[in-house]
Amino acid sequence: MRPFRYARAAHLDDAIAAGSESGTAFVAGGTNLFDLMKADVLRPDTLVDVSRLPLDTIDDTPDGGLRLGALARNADTAYDPRVQSRYPMLARAILAGASPQLRNMATNGGNLMQRTRCYYFYDTATPCNKRAPGSGCGAIGGVNRIHAILGASPSCIAVHPSDLCVALAALAATVRVTGPDGERTVPFAAFHRLPGDTPERDTTLEPGELITAIDLPPQGFAAHSTYLKVRDRASYAFALVSVAAALDIDGGTIREARLALGGVAHKPWRDSGAEAALAGKPATPATFAEAAGIVLRDARAHDHNAFKIGLARRAIVRALTEAAGGKHP
Amino acid sequence: MPDSPRSTRPAPPPEPVAVTLTVNGAERTLKIAPWTSLLDALRLHLDLTGTKKGCDHGQCGACTVLVDGRRINACLTLAVMQEGRSVTTVEGLARGDALHPLQEAFIACDALQCGYCTPGQLCSAAGLLAEGKARSDDDIRELMSGNICRCGAYPGIVAAIRSVMNRRATDGDAP
Amino acid sequence: MIAKPRIPDLLPEPGGPVGRPVPRVDGRLKVTGAARYAAEHPVPGLLHGYVVSAAIARGRITGIDTAAALAVPGVIEVFTHRNRPDLARFDRTWQDGDAPRGSPFRPLCDDEVQFSLQPVALVVADSPETARYAARLVEVTYEAREHRTDLHAHRHDSFTPGKAKGGFEPPPPPRGDPDRALALADVRIDARYTQATEHHNPMEMHATTAVYHDDGTLTVYDKTQGAQNTRSYICKVFGLPASAVRVLNPFVGGAFGSGLRPQHQLFLAVMAATQLRRPVRVELSRPQMFSFGHRPETIQRVALGARRDGRLTALIHEAVQESSRHETYVEIVVNWSGQQYRCDNVRLDYRLVRLDRATPLDQRAPGAATGVPAIEMAMDELAFALDVDPVDLRLRNYTDTDPNTGKPFSSKELRACFAQGAERFGWARRRPRPRSMRDGRELIGWGVAAGVWDAMQGRATARAVLGLDGRLTVSSATADIGTGTYTVMSQIAAEVLGLPVEAVTFRLGDSDLPTAPIEGGSWTVSTVGSAVKAVCDRVRARLFDLASAMDGAPLGGAGARDVTFAGGHIVVTADPVRRVSLTDVMRSGGLPAIEEEAMSLPYMVARSRHTLGTHSAVFAEVRVDEDLGTVRVTRVVSAIAAGRIINPRTAASQISGAVVWGIGMALEEETIFDHTLGRCMNHDLAEYHVPVNADVPEIDVIFVDERDTVVNPLGAKGVGEIGIVGVPAAIANAIFHATGVRVRDLPITLDKILMRQEE
Repeated sequence: MRPFRYARAAHLDDAIAAGSESGTAFVAGGTNLFDLMKADVLRPDTLVDVSRLPLDTIDDTPDGGLRLGALARNADTAYDPRVQSRYPMLARAILAGASPQLRNMATNGGNLMQRTRCYYFYDTATPCNKRAPGSGCGAIGGVNRIHAILGASPSCIAVHPSDLCVALAALAATVRVTGPDGERTVPFAAFHRLPGDTPERDTTLEPGELITAIDLPPQGFAAHSTYLKVRDRASYAFALVSVAAALDIDGGTIREARLALGGVAHKPWRDSGAEAALAGKPATPATFAEAAGIVLRDARAHDHNAFKIGLARRAIVRALTEAAGGKHP
Repeated sequence: MPDSPRSTRPAPPPEPVAVTLTVNGAERTLKIAPWTSLLDALRLHLDLTGTKKGCDHGQCGACTVLVDGRRINACLTLAVMQEGRSVTTVEGLARGDALHPLQEAFIACDALQCGYCTPGQLCSAAGLLAEGKARSDDDIRELMSGNICRCGAYPGIVAAIRSVMNRRATDGDAP
Repeated sequence: MIAKPRIPDLLPEPGGPVGRPVPRVDGRLKVTGAARYAAEHPVPGLLHGYVVSAAIARGRITGIDTAAALAVPGVIEVFTHRNRPDLARFDRTWQDGDAPRGSPFRPLCDDEVQFSLQPVALVVADSPETARYAARLVEVTYEAREHRTDLHAHRHDSFTPGKAKGGFEPPPPPRGDPDRALALADVRIDARYTQATEHHNPMEMHATTAVYHDDGTLTVYDKTQGAQNTRSYICKVFGLPASAVRVLNPFVGGAFGSGLRPQHQLFLAVMAATQLRRPVRVELSRPQMFSFGHRPETIQRVALGARRDGRLTALIHEAVQESSRHETYVEIVVNWSGQQYRCDNVRLDYRLVRLDRATPLDQRAPGAATGVPAIEMAMDELAFALDVDPVDLRLRNYTDTDPNTGKPFSSKELRACFAQGAERFGWARRRPRPRSMRDGRELIGWGVAAGVWDAMQGRATARAVLGLDGRLTVSSATADIGTGTYTVMSQIAAEVLGLPVEAVTFRLGDSDLPTAPIEGGSWTVSTVGSAVKAVCDRVRARLFDLASAMDGAPLGGAGARDVTFAGGHIVVTADPVRRVSLTDVMRSGGLPAIEEEAMSLPYMVARSRHTLGTHSAVFAEVRVDEDLGTVRVTRVVSAIAAGRIINPRTAASQISGAVVWGIGMALEEETIFDHTLGRCMNHDLAEYHVPVNADVPEIDVIFVDERDTVVNPLGAKGVGEIGIVGVPAAIANAIFHATGVRVRDLPITLDKILMRQEE
């Protein structure tokens, strides 16, 4: 690691004040930050430890939703009885990620801030526009089996690694953020961004802003939802493709649908066009296949990841089928 | 012999700070640079080398310890961030000469070969028992998947944990 | 001093601990965290080294700017090729006991870069974090040369290696006319099989703690499978006498072959310690664990011709494999095919391609775990083409003599492996047609494959000291890398002298102990176990002679063959009330201790008349998700014929652990290269996938009864490698049975299944 100053924030205001300095990073669980600092990918001058701020609770909201504290641990969130009963898709997504130890450390806010697992981002001896803007993209024309099929750019084909975020995207969560200019809310779909020609920016967070909570709307799709993760081993691996699928079904007809994918794009990939196409249709394999076709209409493969397109199509159909069946295997 | 002198001097390593932890029941105060991971603090500053470094990046679980009773990867946190907390390492599992039931079971089930991942497996298993989420062998497998064993002692590890879970269920005592 | 290799010294039917599932004697040290590994020995004033790795695959270092690193407070020195000491020049000096022919890589030797991630500098500082930080400040500039790392692109630029490494046998000459026989065969299989590069990745990263003493001597804690190999390397390279260097490796956190040769960290730690005259530890990072030896990438062709009745008429097995430019690494890949199956027309061919990578290195069942999966997948393809049961096909081509040499096997209970394994697995219930078994969206498949490995033996020496307290200490400079050496050697010694295992201490992992070869190749029980038996036989003979001379003739004049050693006593077998305790015997002879040393040698003559090997039949069940291509291994039965099993508990762990390796090879493990950069990209444990707990089902291990009086006095063949050999093909064959899709490229990741399904 590069040398840094360490400061533990006692109050949110202190954290925000300290975090506005350039070169400052917030640390909570640290699971991704220290990994990247040891790899010399991230080099903050100052670490502001926010892990002891009182942002670790999970609370009911007046509208019937749930507020997940940014510092609530992933494990505590997944095992929270309200999350389990009202947002089972979210619980499943969290438990599909990382390992029990990491889920005990990692926070909800930190999960949103995870960086990509792209090989080239991690290896400082190789080009990467995300790590070193302007150095090129090693993955394009390189090794890209795990890379994006949707929303990529000529600058970057990295994917977002989170499971939790895919479920949050499908649930249309809201991110609560506090910064030097006060508090604001960000719709989940607007929190992460596509690479474009500035892949160094993963999110729309402004310097000095800190995530304080994630609000879940009342609709949790508890009866008909699932999270399906496809990976190279049975556990403790990042998704090749994952699907968060949620349906509101009335007598065999889909009233509302939510569909988001992980492992395929620079951000959790929610497709509202596919969701709209599902609404009002019968919950049948044909309907699901049509939705999958919409999601993957503009998918583009690189040398090694063409399989992801077919895999994503099948995974979408499988996830929607399982969601419709109310099956939680 | 450098090719060319560099204009700027590099930043010096951070100055040591005092960190107090309760380690295996005893309060320990260390003077360590803030960039010291909990893992290095245990291994290098407290000579508690039972906690292993298998990757230093949270990808193997060999460094698993219990902090306030919960299992974490000691490589991915700073010792200074754990100020005031209680850390249990593999050296703290036994009560004197009496091994922890998991330690006994690991020997009985030959749940180890080279032994390098074993302390992490044991602390992880202790965390798993405390969490109380595992019901079946498949649950154990999934919830122990954050601990890689390259020797492939997994069947023994599952058997060992299952035997302790069964005994506790029979005896009715809490973990 | 040399124990004569005579057949009569065979271990009789054991009545003591041999053959019993004795718990691992080092278990307690390992479960309490008390076992210390190479980077865990505390040393006052210890310095820490961090390696700077090359960014390019081939070329020249044009500049190394170390000024910034040296300016960091706490940094002691930065070593590069420019300031490292002048050391030995001849290749021979740098060759360790496991080195293949060629010019070993010499860290920081000159400005040449031979492979990506090669060490190019070492930063030494007062803390590991400072060393790592300063290493990031070392700026290296390169002049890159054109490199080649792609075996597939260069597979035609190959050559046939000679006997470039100890233990290597080039393929035997062709037999008959295999090409013509293939053309005329009733049924033909001709396919290409590939296997990815795999890195050993033991859980303990390679580390060395080198302690420099004021008198110029060194104590070195190294992660190695051979303390004496490490010592010899240090002595040759640094020009030190053996007496000045002691190497210790009492515990080794896995190795699987990675510790067979001294790795970079050893040289760098010793160099820094001797230069700075201070203790230095160098621990590689996990990415740097991808900077040295590995199982080589391989491309194979197997062509089989058969009659309608399943008898093989043609067998062609060709392999092309990587080696480095600077060394000629070889392993036995194709010979197994000619040894396993009876066939009159055989051609076996083995070639190498030089790439700009580190030299490959033996990895668990080197060669066999590469070649046998190919022939065993081809046999499965042939069974399907013939509509013959795959077990039956193998039995129809079974051989009791080695067709490569014409020699009989010293023992070969492979038929029993098939029979018992099939019975336990329920193989008779298998429906032969692919895609004939399913459970919902999961297709179920059953596969089988055979495995084979050597039963080698080397020369070793052991020392035994029996004290008046009744405790026996036996020692030899071997290693226990998780294999159970501590335990089985204790059992053998206890067996010979009729002691409880608890009364025996076995010492290893110290270069000062009696000579033992590198631990590896499944030969440690055979090699060191025979020496332990030999030295204990000597102690036994001394005790018997002393007892026979005792006043009062407690053994009543019984001969050496009339007594049993049991429970710490010498007992007249036919009249057990006649007995005397070992310690009484020693007291009566006025001996405070009995100390003996013995060397054992293989039965050279008997061995030369036989082919010796272990065998296995592996049965696997997989479930393949029809839509997603994901594979779960849900059942494995591995039936093993490996002679006498000294400890069925630790031996079963060796086998089931190797099954886990086989699962990794079949489904997950692959070092992925970017050939433009000439660099492996997934150099960590998040992206280089090894099996996790959830990937592994219950594993059923069977040891079939096998008697062997040729292999060694113990009748034991060793079990470290045989467990992996049959597994990858059994799984691949099960996937075919489940899906009807034949994937011949390991690892069989889901993308390969999906792409083949779409074809």
